[in-house]
Amino acid sequence: MSTTRMSLGAAVGAGLRRALERDRKVVIMGEDVGRLGGVFRVTDTLQKDFGDNRVIDTPLAESGIIGAAFGMALRGYRPVCEIQFDGFVYPAFDQIVSQVAKIHYRTEGKVTAPLTIRIPYGGGIGAVEHHSESPEAYFVHTAGLRVVTPSNPGDAFHMIQQSIASDDPVVFFEPKRRYWDTAEFDVDAAPDLPLHSARVLREGSDATIVTYGSVVPTALSAAAIAEQEGNSLEVIDLRSLSPIDFPTVERSVRKTGRLVVAHEASTFLGLGAEVAARISERCFYQLEAPVLRVGGFDIPYPPAKLERHHLPDADRLLDAVDRSLAA
Amino acid sequence: MVDKIAYPVQLLQPDGRRVLRPEYTNLVRDIGPDELRALYEDLVVTRRIDVEATALQRQGELGLWAPMLGQEAAQVGSARALRPDDYAFVSYREHAVAYCRGVDPAEMTRMWRGTAHSGWDPHAVKVTNPAIVVGSQGLHATGYAMGAHLDGAEIATIAYFGDGATSQGDIAEALGFSMSFNAPVVFFCQNNQWAISEPVHLQSPVPIAQRAAGYGMPAVRVDGNDVLAVLAVTRQATQRAREGSGPTFIEAITYRMGPHTTSDDPTRYRSSAETAEWKARDPIDRMHRLLDWEGLLDGAFLTRVRTTADEIAARLRSGAVGAPTPPPLSVFDHVYASEHPLLEEERAEYAAYLAAVTDTEEALS
Repeated sequence: MSTTRMSLGAAVGAGLRRALERDRKVVIMGEDVGRLGGVFRVTDTLQKDFGDNRVIDTPLAESGIIGAAFGMALRGYRPVCEIQFDGFVYPAFDQIVSQVAKIHYRTEGKVTAPLTIRIPYGGGIGAVEHHSESPEAYFVHTAGLRVVTPSNPGDAFHMIQQSIASDDPVVFFEPKRRYWDTAEFDVDAAPDLPLHSARVLREGSDATIVTYGSVVPTALSAAAIAEQEGNSLEVIDLRSLSPIDFPTVERSVRKTGRLVVAHEASTFLGLGAEVAARISERCFYQLEAPVLRVGGFDIPYPPAKLERHHLPDADRLLDAVDRSLAA
Repeated sequence: MVDKIAYPVQLLQPDGRRVLRPEYTNLVRDIGPDELRALYEDLVVTRRIDVEATALQRQGELGLWAPMLGQEAAQVGSARALRPDDYAFVSYREHAVAYCRGVDPAEMTRMWRGTAHSGWDPHAVKVTNPAIVVGSQGLHATGYAMGAHLDGAEIATIAYFGDGATSQGDIAEALGFSMSFNAPVVFFCQNNQWAISEPVHLQSPVPIAQRAAGYGMPAVRVDGNDVLAVLAVTRQATQRAREGSGPTFIEAITYRMGPHTTSDDPTRYRSSAETAEWKARDPIDRMHRLLDWEGLLDGAFLTRVRTTADEIAARLRSGAVGAPTPPPLSVFDHVYASEHPLLEEERAEYAAYLAAVTDTEEALS
């Protein structure tokens, strides 16, 4: 037992360190990941300790990072690529969705691409344009990719290692406004869940909130407030966005009869739409109210001074819960 | 270097006579009579592969084909410069490269027939399946070369692409990455003058090889219809790569005699006079003349070459026509390397649906 208190950002870094120690084929690649340790310092000290052949500072070229990492994967490496910010991933989009995601299918299983693509995502840190986006739906829509996002330090530590160990490519979204959240966890314990299981973070009986990544702490605060108002909310952290652990969500909805799905990404055709559709199909007779979604508006990410209106907060979540309970 | 860009390397003139250029002739000194004949056979066989596949498309057996007619020397010369452990990253027109790397002609047409997205196991023959997104493979070659470099392996990778691909960001990024990491990669541009209907001057106002200079990368232009010259410059570039001297850019100047693909009509965008001019530079005729000059042609040899070409064409044809359409549920195979529950649900649902439909059809019949 060696319980350590660590921030989410540091936990990702500690997980990367473990992966580098465990497998010499793991390499980290990206802009500023080496000497600087990344703009969020997630890879801090890794180049110093593992050398610049393992932690590789690359030219400023996102397609180049993913495309070259893909080539290294063909050579037997397990690259972990960092895209510096969510809004910078689009130049690499072709390499991710047309090359990395499809090579296993294209070659009838003869070639794997075990890349992990780390993307700090989401808003709430007062950043300028292109630094606050939630592009997960683009990647979840692409077969061949796995997409995950931790919401707390313990999960971040284990999930980054599980992603690197996966023979499939994994897009690993890091909720950047949670980078500085700290928690205690045991760095020597085995992970308590497979990479693709959702976690019931709080049990409840009146309604279920399903969310992931940055909105998880918001949902937990909403549940705490609801409790004082006499409503018992169950909170589920999906953790994995592709595949989604629907059995865990279904079990909860069969119990509570009500479901609210929340995320920062725009609501239209966002992940919440998929959860709502599947749960409506599978739990139609157990649902007491329509599945409701609380998400970002269908707008480009707004300027920082307005972002608090766009991001789902506890009040908007509770408003949806009230509407569900009233139905 | 400027000299090499202004005057493309040539070791064989169109009339089949040799050119004296010691710097490059030394690189092919070991190519004696037998090797010359073997190169000639490669050229004839790969043209036959191309003609056969084009015919198969016209007969409705293939959905599409990208003819390489006219580019045989660029492909054979460069591919024959590679060693078994070298890795070739190709686009969709490198049929001769695939042949020279040992791809079974029976597997060459699977993608074009539509029974698979690939044809062969890339790792088994060290040549990738065709890259359809133009230029994407330049980065893959670079990354593979970076990995080889880290492994301490003395190998080269070679990225094949066309003149049009040099307008793509991925090729530019690959040139930058490969120089930053001294990656053992050869960028082999087949400048075949046309990117579908767009002439090469629309891609670049200067010789394409000049682009490498901006990255500090050595570059060479070569007569792409001269198999000996291509062999020489590619040997030089792969040797540089293997010994740790970094990447090289080769611009092989050649011509796509046919359409971009079998869906294309080149008479809409280029003149017959231009095509005729390039026909006079045909790479196979040139090699034929050389062999003739040097007394290496005889009836038995030519018969043997023709027989080999016929056999390989027959193998390609039977492989294409005989390729079975995979069973419906195989569409779900290999999407992921490990289990994906939602996909398995879909597979099970579709299997049940198919079974029900089949039962209904049987009941009605």
